[in-house]
Amino acid sequence: MKPNQFLRRFLLAGMLCAYPALVRAAEAPVTATKPRPVDGTVQGEEKAVLTQAPFVPPPIQRTHATKVVVNLEVIESTKRLADGVEYVFWTFGGEVPGSFIRIREGDLVEFHLMNHPSSKMPHNIDLHAVTGPGGGAASSFTAPGHKSVFSFKAINPGLYVYHCATAPVGMHVANGMYGLILVEPKEGLPPVDREYYVMQGEVYTAGRFGEEGLQPFDQRKAEDERPGYVVFNGSVGSLVGDKAVKAKAGEKVRVFVGNGGPNLISSFHIIGEIFDKVYQEGGVKVTQEQVQTTVVPAGGSAIVEFSVEVPGTYILVDHSLFRAFNKGALGMLKVEGPENLLVYSGKEVDAVYLGSAAEGGSEIGRRIVELEAARAAAIRADEKIAGLTKDIQIARGKQVFLQTCFVCHQTEGQGIPGQIPPLAKSDYLMSDKQRSIRAVLQGLTGEVEVNGKKYNGIMTPLNTLSDTEIANVLTYVRNSFGNSGEAVSADEVKRQRAELPPPAANKFE
Amino acid sequence: MNPRTNNLVLAAAVMLAAAAMCAAATAVAAAPVAPAGMAIIAAGEHRPLFVLPNEPQTVPVAQFALDKLPVTNGEFLDFVRDNPRWRRSAVKRLFADANYLKHWAGDLEPGEAARTNQPVVWVSWFAAKAFAQWKGKRLPTVAEWEYAAAASPRRADGENDPEYQRALRHWYSMPAPAELSRVGAGLPNCFGVFDLHGLVWEWTSDFNSAIITGDARGDTGLDRQLFCGAGSAGAKDTGNFPAFMRYGFRSSLKAPYTVHNLGFRCAKDL
Repeated sequence: MKPNQFLRRFLLAGMLCAYPALVRAAEAPVTATKPRPVDGTVQGEEKAVLTQAPFVPPPIQRTHATKVVVNLEVIESTKRLADGVEYVFWTFGGEVPGSFIRIREGDLVEFHLMNHPSSKMPHNIDLHAVTGPGGGAASSFTAPGHKSVFSFKAINPGLYVYHCATAPVGMHVANGMYGLILVEPKEGLPPVDREYYVMQGEVYTAGRFGEEGLQPFDQRKAEDERPGYVVFNGSVGSLVGDKAVKAKAGEKVRVFVGNGGPNLISSFHIIGEIFDKVYQEGGVKVTQEQVQTTVVPAGGSAIVEFSVEVPGTYILVDHSLFRAFNKGALGMLKVEGPENLLVYSGKEVDAVYLGSAAEGGSEIGRRIVELEAARAAAIRADEKIAGLTKDIQIARGKQVFLQTCFVCHQTEGQGIPGQIPPLAKSDYLMSDKQRSIRAVLQGLTGEVEVNGKKYNGIMTPLNTLSDTEIANVLTYVRNSFGNSGEAVSADEVKRQRAELPPPAANKFE
Repeated sequence: MNPRTNNLVLAAAVMLAAAAMCAAATAVAAAPVAPAGMAIIAAGEHRPLFVLPNEPQTVPVAQFALDKLPVTNGEFLDFVRDNPRWRRSAVKRLFADANYLKHWAGDLEPGEAARTNQPVVWVSWFAAKAFAQWKGKRLPTVAEWEYAAAASPRRADGENDPEYQRALRHWYSMPAPAELSRVGAGLPNCFGVFDLHGLVWEWTSDFNSAIITGDARGDTGLDRQLFCGAGSAGAKDTGNFPAFMRYGFRSSLKAPYTVHNLGFRCAKDL
């Protein structure tokens, strides 16, 4: 296609779609509304109660469908990811995971999505509970400082994930834009004593786990599915210590478990508990009983129920264990109440167990000790392995020199005329090895004569260097810049250090 | 030579090399003289993020001039002085939403929150277009803007400059700052244009013609022809997150919208 033809088509396309879009916008700039058919099955109207994890809105008492207005605000903010680590989270409702929404099967939901005026990005919401293209995403695409409203009928009961679906969608989810919406079946869920909301998600930080400071999103790690963090409820420690979820012995607990992903499947497990009932994948039927670990897909959920019989702390984990112990996927359930020795005894016997090492050690044990001693002796005997040859000392000493000494003595050891004496071909340096060791350990103050020139400066003590480092750096300078001399050993430095007078008391301490 | 002089010489050498690389992209026609405050963007090709498989994969961009800096509050003040109907109290809701110039102290008074050397924001597409006309200029197209913005400080094809791409992704993943920097504070790209990234989003003349539907996943679906814009094919470069964000941002806009971090700059034919 020739450029002008292309341009014509381009312009035509522009007229066909861009221009009508402008005209539509001009006719009804901000508050466009579409007439909606009346839903005869709903009675009344109420505002949805939204809660932030780990809490769940109270069960619905209504026995009829109603119109529920949900107001959810998107806020981008810098929040704690772990101690000393911050991350720019994009949130539904100000927290990660997003606010828990609880409605009833048959309800008509009028969804108001507000994008805070300070947001950098446009956002939208895809609720898996919505039956319709994009789960509401296309209808809720909202620029910063604007608001979208759409409605849906909650046809299907179940526990559903919602998330942002704006490009690049994985990044929006990884940045915290996910939450749960429960559509209770008409008959409700069986009563329990406690309900909690736990949602897993990954965070792809540029720095490794625990690296301090504000961590930017790392696209490569996200593509490779290598998160720095896998967390419950948005941050490391969100369900630990004072923030642990609680129950009393004998109570029945229900946990609404979600997984925002964006990439990893969770193997949800509570250490020391067995799920009496699991509504797999967040459906409305108890599909399995007596479950140790249940899979929660990315962009999916599960409902687990269990009774807590024995007091103590129960640990919630993703049983892909490096995520739990190294990336943060760990929470706590604290159960209070009297001990129940019938169910769990606690430790009854604490005794020594010697195994085959009894009576002075086994044959194999002795053999291992002998071999290790032989290996250590061989290493000591071989200077190359032990790092004691002069060449190795020179190479290592150069590293010390380039970190510590060259600032004053210069890279070629030439010093600075009138201020810093040279090391290159230095009579002062080469004539007294022990004096050089002391100079490094104690510093050097007062007049010295080097190669016939007088210097009167201050060399600061460098006694924070180890004996080995001092031996190496002195060996380096004594064999560089035109110098040639014998090596300095760490033992020599050690002896000189031992003879030093104790350091003067620091008057500030 | 002390280290500082060293750095300066090095920087100068890098800039010379950069100028050479940008020029090399198009050393065909004799370089025209740039209008005051504008940079010449040499002709080239833009690779759109979304194209139909049977469409050309690149869009030719003719040589044009682009403002070196985003339009500032100071310049916009001159505009509303000359054009009373674009003052905050007079503007028609049809052409700018209720937040138009909301950070200004008054109709003719930018005030503390809108210093004269900061980019103007809270302006609608209609207002930006009117400003450009008043200046005898126009808004750049998406293709022109994206083509100019693809250049890094060192080279015209900034997408092949990994260090630059890392810096861009970093900015796009940080929140909008509470207070905007002045214009021209960063490094110019190799065309000599400042602040295409890292300061504010910018209006383009055809901002809503290359559309992301609002649902990221549908944009790679088969029924994309249902939607306005660039067709059913998926994105050319699914790894170019900053480009997705820009396309996404533009798609969320309507012409009367005003946003706290959305400004503009002008272009001109040569």
